[in-house]
Parts: sequence; C-alpha cells; structure tokens
Amino acid sequence: MQSNRQNHIRNFSIVAHIDHGKSTLADRLLEKTGTLTKREMEEQVLDNMDLERERGITIKSQPARLVYKRENGEEYIFNLIDTPGHVDFNYEVSRSLAACEGAVLVVDASQGIQAQTLANCYLALDNDLDIAPVINKIDLPSARPDEVIKEIEDIIGIEAQDAPRISAKTGLNIEDVLEAVVNKISPPSGDEEAPLKALIFDSFYDSYKGVVCYVRIKDGIVKPGTKIKLMNTNKVYEVVEVGVFVPNYLPVPILSAGDVGYITASIKNVRDARVGDTVTEANRPALKALKGYKPAIPMVFSGIYPVDGARYGELKESLERLQLNDAALGFEPETSIALGFGFRCGFLGLLHMEIVQERIEREFNLDIITTAPSVIYKVMKTSGELIEITNPTNLPEPTEISYMEEPIVKASIITPSEYLGSVMELCQQKRGVYIDMQYIETTRVVLNYDLPLNEIVYDFFDALKSRTKGYASFDYELKGYVTANLVKLDILLKGEKVDALSMIVPEESAAHRGRIMAEKLKEHIPRQMFEIPIQASINSKVIARETVKALRKDVLAKCYGGDISRKKKLLSKQKEGKKRMRQVGSVEVPQEAFMAILKVD
Amino acid sequence: MKKVALYIHIPFCKQKCLYCDFPSLAGKEDCMLDYSAALAKEIDNIKDKKIKTIFIGGGTPTYLSLAGWEIIKKSIDTLDICDDLEFTVEGNPGTFTKEKLSLLKKMGVNRLSIGLQAWQDSLLKQLGRIHTIEDFKQSFEMARNLGFDNINVDLMFGLPNQTIKQWEETLQNVTKLNPQHLSCYSLIVEEGTEFYKRFKKGTLNLPDEEIERTMYAKTIEILRDKGYIQYEISNFSKNNKKCRHNLVYWELDEYIGCGAASHSYSDGFRYRNEENIEKYIEKMNNDNSVIIEKTKNSFKDDMEEFMFMGLRKTEGVSKSEFKKRFDKDMDDVYFDVINKYTSTGFLTENLDNIFLTYEGIEVSNVIMADFLL
Repeated sequence: MQSNRQNHIRNFSIVAHIDHGKSTLADRLLEKTGTLTKREMEEQVLDNMDLERERGITIKSQPARLVYKRENGEEYIFNLIDTPGHVDFNYEVSRSLAACEGAVLVVDASQGIQAQTLANCYLALDNDLDIAPVINKIDLPSARPDEVIKEIEDIIGIEAQDAPRISAKTGLNIEDVLEAVVNKISPPSGDEEAPLKALIFDSFYDSYKGVVCYVRIKDGIVKPGTKIKLMNTNKVYEVVEVGVFVPNYLPVPILSAGDVGYITASIKNVRDARVGDTVTEANRPALKALKGYKPAIPMVFSGIYPVDGARYGELKESLERLQLNDAALGFEPETSIALGFGFRCGFLGLLHMEIVQERIEREFNLDIITTAPSVIYKVMKTSGELIEITNPTNLPEPTEISYMEEPIVKASIITPSEYLGSVMELCQQKRGVYIDMQYIETTRVVLNYDLPLNEIVYDFFDALKSRTKGYASFDYELKGYVTANLVKLDILLKGEKVDALSMIVPEESAAHRGRIMAEKLKEHIPRQMFEIPIQASINSKVIARETVKALRKDVLAKCYGGDISRKKKLLSKQKEGKKRMRQVGSVEVPQEAFMAILKVD
Repeated sequence: MKKVALYIHIPFCKQKCLYCDFPSLAGKEDCMLDYSAALAKEIDNIKDKKIKTIFIGGGTPTYLSLAGWEIIKKSIDTLDICDDLEFTVEGNPGTFTKEKLSLLKKMGVNRLSIGLQAWQDSLLKQLGRIHTIEDFKQSFEMARNLGFDNINVDLMFGLPNQTIKQWEETLQNVTKLNPQHLSCYSLIVEEGTEFYKRFKKGTLNLPDEEIERTMYAKTIEILRDKGYIQYEISNFSKNNKKCRHNLVYWELDEYIGCGAASHSYSDGFRYRNEENIEKYIEKMNNDNSVIIEKTKNSFKDDMEEFMFMGLRKTEGVSKSEFKKRFDKDMDDVYFDVINKYTSTGFLTENLDNIFLTYEGIEVSNVIMADFLL
C-alpha cells in the first residue's frame, strides 16, 4: 500500500553493458528535468573521479534526485542511482539495485545484447526489479532497433515492443524514457510508522562530514538527532544531517520510507558503514536486518611496493586514505627480499587493482611497483593442515604439499559466431571446461565455460579481445574451488631468485610461461654495466634462459665548449630514469617489468 | 687580479655539416662585419680580468672575412693577457689563407685547431665537409710554414659506412704530420641534425657497437704507440701540449664567453648569451645586455660539476682539491658512489685522485649521473 507521497516517487537504476550509453543517458535525464542547467552540465556529471571520467567507467554508485513535471502538471521525484558497470563491482551493483524498484535497461541499437547487459539485467531481475528497456544510439547508421528488441524479448524474456528508441547523445526521445520510468516502474512502498530500516547502498568518506552513508529508507523515518544503529556492526551513532542528492548534498529535515538520500553521523571509516548494512533506530530497532549483506571479498591479490623504499610510510598512508573510501580494498604489510617493505593487497578484480594502483600514483604522487596478480590457492599439506596462499613466495616446498586447489569462475562470453572456434580454442588453452552454448541470433553466441580464475588474471581478457577484434564481451562470477596441478615458477636475475617475480602456474604450461617471462624481462630490463642472465626455474630446475648483454657504450665524446648545463641535463635525465627502476640485488629493474609478464603480444 | 679563460664564438660556416648541432649557420656572410663589430664591443667590456687562455671557436672562425678579423683584433689587442697566454683559433681546411693566418699570428694566436674528421674523401663528402684531404694537407703545411708549432687536429670515428681499417688509416696518416694534439670524437647523432633525420628514417648506416668500440680501443693503442698521451676521454697530446683552455672547463675554473650562444662561468654564476645572430648584434648595438640566462650555481651544483667534469680527465678528480674548494671530504659526500664503482672496476683511486678506468670511460654517463646529488 503506497501513500500518495510514495506514489510520486520512482527509485531506479540504469543498467547497461559498458559503452552502451548509460552515463550519457543519465546526463540527459538530469538536463531534461532541469536538475542541472546547461551551464552546470559537464559530461558524465555523475562520474566524479577524474579516473572515472577518463576511462568512461563508473566506480562508485552515484545517486541524483530529479524532479519530473509531467505535461498534466503532476510532479514526480526520481531517484536515479548510477551504478558501477564492471564485474569487479558486482556486489555494489546488486546493493544499488536493492535500493530501487526498477531499472532502465539500456541496450545499444547496433551492438545489441552483450555479456554485461545480461549479467546486469539478471542482477536486476534477482532483486525483483521492474525493467524498462530502452534502445539507445538509434541515430547510428548501423542501428537495428527491431532486431535488438527481438533479442531482448527472446533472450531476457521481457516485453520490449514499446521500448523508447532514443539517442542519448543527441537528446532524441528522452521524454519517452521519463514516461517509461513513471509507467513501468513501481512506486516504493514501506511503512513510515514502522521502526527505521534503511539500506546502505554506498558509503563515501568526506573530509568535512565524515562518512556519508547513501541510503534507501525501506521503513520508518530518520532525521538529525535520531540515534541509529548499524545492524551488522552493532555500532550506535547520532545522526548529524540527512539530505538528498541534487546531485550535490542538500540537507533536508527528514527522510521517510521510500526516499533515497544520505545520512551523516560522525562515522570515521567506511568500514564501519559497509555497503549492504542496515540502519535502524537504536531505541526501537527493527527485528530483522535487510537481507543480502556480505562484506566484499577480495579475489585478486598482488604486492604493492614503493619504487623508492624510503617512501614506505607514504605508501601506507595512501592505502589507508583510499581504504577510508573503499571498503573492498584490503592490505597487510609484507616483505620481499627483492623489493623490501610493501603490502599484499586484495582487490575485487583486475580493474579494481588497476584503479587502486592508478589512484596511488596520481593522487599521492608515488611511484609504485605492483607484482603480478595472484588468486587465493588452497593448499593441503602432507601434515593435514589446509592453508591459503595469496603470495606465491609462501607456497610450501613440493614435498610438503599433498594437493592444491584453485578458484574457478563461471564465465559467459558473448561472441560473434564467426569467432566461435577461436574463442573455444582459447578457452581450452586456458584450461576451460565447456558447459554449454546458446545462439542469441544466427550471428551471435553465448558461450558458457568454467575457467580457472588465475587464467583470467593472467591474460585472458586481452587474448579474447584480440581474437575477436574486440567484439566479444565477457562476464564471470566465482564458482568454487577445484584441485589442480600447479607449480611455482621462479625467476632468477644474475643467479639470484627474485621472489617478487614468482608465480603459481599450471604445470602443463609452466615451461611455456617460463620462456615468455624470460623473453619479456629481457625486453624490459635495460642493458647495464654487466651481463644479466635471466633464468626461469621450476623446483630449482632451469627451464628457460635469456641474457641482457652488458652496456658497451654510454659516453659523451664532446664537451660542448662551456655549455655545461647541456651535459648536466643529459645526466639528470639519466638519473631520473633510474629513479623509476628498482634495485634488485645489483640489477636495476624498471617498474613495468614486474607487470609486463601479464601482457601478451 | 683574477685570471680567467676567454671563449669567443664565431657562428659562421660556409656550409653546415650534416652531423653538426653547434650554434653555427651557413649563408650569413652579410652579417659578418656587423657581428665582428658587436663582438668587439662585448670584448671591450672585459675589464679587471687577466686572460690566461683564449679560444676562438665556431662555426668556422677561419671563414670570417679578413675585414672581420681586423675589427676583432683591435679589441683583443687591448686585453690584459698573461705572459704564457694560450691562444687557440679553430679553422677548417679550405678557409685558410696566408693573409688570415698571418693576421692571426700577429694577433697572438699560438695554437690552431683544424677540423679534419677523416682521411677519406668519400667519408668527408658523406659528412657534408667542404674540403678534401688535399685541402687539409695544404692548410696544415701553410700553418706550419707560418710558424704555428702547436696544432690540434679534430677527428671523428663511428661514422656512417666507416670501417676499422679506414679509421686506422686516418690515425696513421694524421700522426705522420706530427700534430701536437689530437681530439678523437665518437660520432653522436644529435637531435635536430640531418643525420638525426636519417637515423630516424633508418637510412644512416652506423657501424655496430662492437666495431665502434674497437675503433676507440684502436685510437688509444695507436696514439700511445706514436707518443700521444690520453689526458681526457677524447683528447690526446704530445709533449704535454694539453689544451689549457679546455682544462678550464673540466676543472671548473672561471671563463668568460663572448659572442652569440656563448656561455660564461664567473663568480659562481653561469651565463648564457643570446643565440640569434641578428638579435645579438641588435642588442649589442643598442647597449642592451646579450645575457639571456643567469643562474647562481649552488654549492651542490659546484660539487656535482667538479666531479662529473673532472672525471672526463684521465687523471680524474683530486680529493685534496675537492677539500680545498668545498671544505668537505669527497668521501663524506660521495663514498657510496665511489665505493660502488671502485668495487666493480669502473673507477680507480690512487693516493689523491679518483679516475675512470678504461671500462669506466666507455659507460661514463652512467657513472657521472650517479654523482648528481
């Protein structure tokens, strides 16, 4: 049963495959409803971080409150929650969706349904959301809206005949989207008299306000002064401010059931207000928390070290600062013989890792070395002890290992059918287990495979892109663990083992990987004052060898008369170059070398 | 009074060599007299300094017209010079005349530096040189006949299409003429040159690294046999006829630069002059300063430069001199670097000096860069 107030609220997300125009549509909706004037409009208003804007991706959920005036004079409050589009942030997506009653499903009129279209749409359906499909980019010459509508109906199984056909870029038919939101998406329900129950769908650290919890009020009301309790941490705070997103923070006197807004309560760390947690009243708590809370679990691990060992303290500080805002980022100190003091960091996935890495370099101006990503291996020792390994260096001696297990994922790949053979071959190479496949239409196929996660963190995505000329899309979720035949591949530089370059690899491809690693390192390590033998070894047996020849000549013959500054500039440049390298034993190894092994040709 | 070195720049050339990135220009003959007058004016400004060496470089100073030289001579004649003045003028074969050389001699020039580069006409042509071997022989003989008894010859190795045999031939033939000094430079393909363009296009057929290094080794070996002592990475002299002017740069002593694009190091400051010839002339004529950059060398700059310039010399840098200048022990500042390279055989030390070994010279940039603080 909805109140009249609630009848005029719509809470929705926009879901789409990457690049199908989600953020552009959000911009248009803001513009069309006058939430922002033209002057205030910047492209992708909702993507705040520089990084998000540059990469055209959304990392954090970002809500906005829109006021839509219908032609008949009726006013609606739209709460639009922009969600991350990447598989790494699936959990955030699912919580954002849980804060909504509906989702606008944006599908590119020429590309049609892609892997993330399906993944995100299924997430929305899992959350019982109403789906309002929208066909975008109909201004493109290659647009085929009728076929795409048929795809939506056939594959997803929802009615799509009256889906608005729009161009978010040019602003064509945006009105239709607004009407579809009113007509297709249910208004919120919820009892204003009941004890407070609010879902945290994101939390954000603000240096003035402390943690800002982004919430959807399911039941009850909240206002400044309310004593609140977070049901999973059991911590109690007093609300300082509540407000809505316009899209900047706008304080309001009260948030009631059905509203989307924010709460601040002098919370110091996002870890204390985790996404998915339920906010209730301390004095009149709800009986049950909202379902679905789970702390984000890192799946990919890598070591992060400062290039300049003296900056360890700064690195620690930067990770702590990032963690204030990123509850999924985990880190703990580790020591490498080669790299000194650093941190083993846990990430949701590769994109998350890259983002953290880039933010450390950009926002904290630190040069860092990131070691090759690893997954969590389960190792059953002969002693009967089961241990988890996130750093290859810690793998016990082969004689102490009874068996090992590695994580596998359920992967779904959508590819044009002409590349089917090539994609299947790739999946086989990457030790995939074929599950099934389904034709979307005669020209496109959904392929389902079980794949080891460590193959995905290695180079799977790049290889998939290159084999399908960029047309294939890919999505995955963790499935479980299976036993596997794995060995540790070590790298030796000038005869000394470099722990930071060790990797756990399948035994069958170890020799091949070893050769590639040695070759890649040879490409990346510049010639130095002495010869540098590079060796790859398994169980102390050398399986590949390359040599970086000694530098023969680096000398300035001329003295440029009295122009000493010129020579000095040259030497300074040389010195700067060295700063980006890390001394490993007597060898200078450039930053990129530690990651280069991930890049395939 | 302070004794300083004086560098004078003559930016004119008949033709720009294809490897050259020095401040020099062809086709500016019209400016020669105005430039000489402006230069004379700048030289006249040098007061309260006693000149211990003069080096007139280019460009091709000997390409400057006789009339131009007469203007400059007037100013030079008024300088306060030391009795043992070393006075060098650079020149290229084919631009020498008896009149010019006699005038130079009268002006007090006692050292000539002749650019030859190679003993093969085919290579000279490829370098864009304006002269032949025959021209060189004539110029050299002319200088000797006029009484120039201290002559340097500039040579280059590692040239496109050059063979080890050709380089040996060059050294053998040049040393037969018995010059007092030889500068043997390994070709550097500098940005902004014609060679650089060809290099980028992949059409510059440079000898490979091992061949080039063999050429350097041969240089040292052959010249040693002929009685030339190597005293700097690229410089060799007989009977201790080192170039005292260049030693000033390597020993971080003071020098004054006159002319377009010249540099000075005086009273702890580094100066750079206007590079554009026309602007230089105009500024001089209007009594405006031609200095376009003036920077104070910090204490740190001085230490760094003392080290990396000094290490160019085979005798290296002196610890006691370092202590005298900076009131610090070299080891207090540079122990780690020195230790790193002495232990790996790239640096050696004797009682007071630290110097590069042969292996160290070959990769000296890497080592010198480490001396930047």
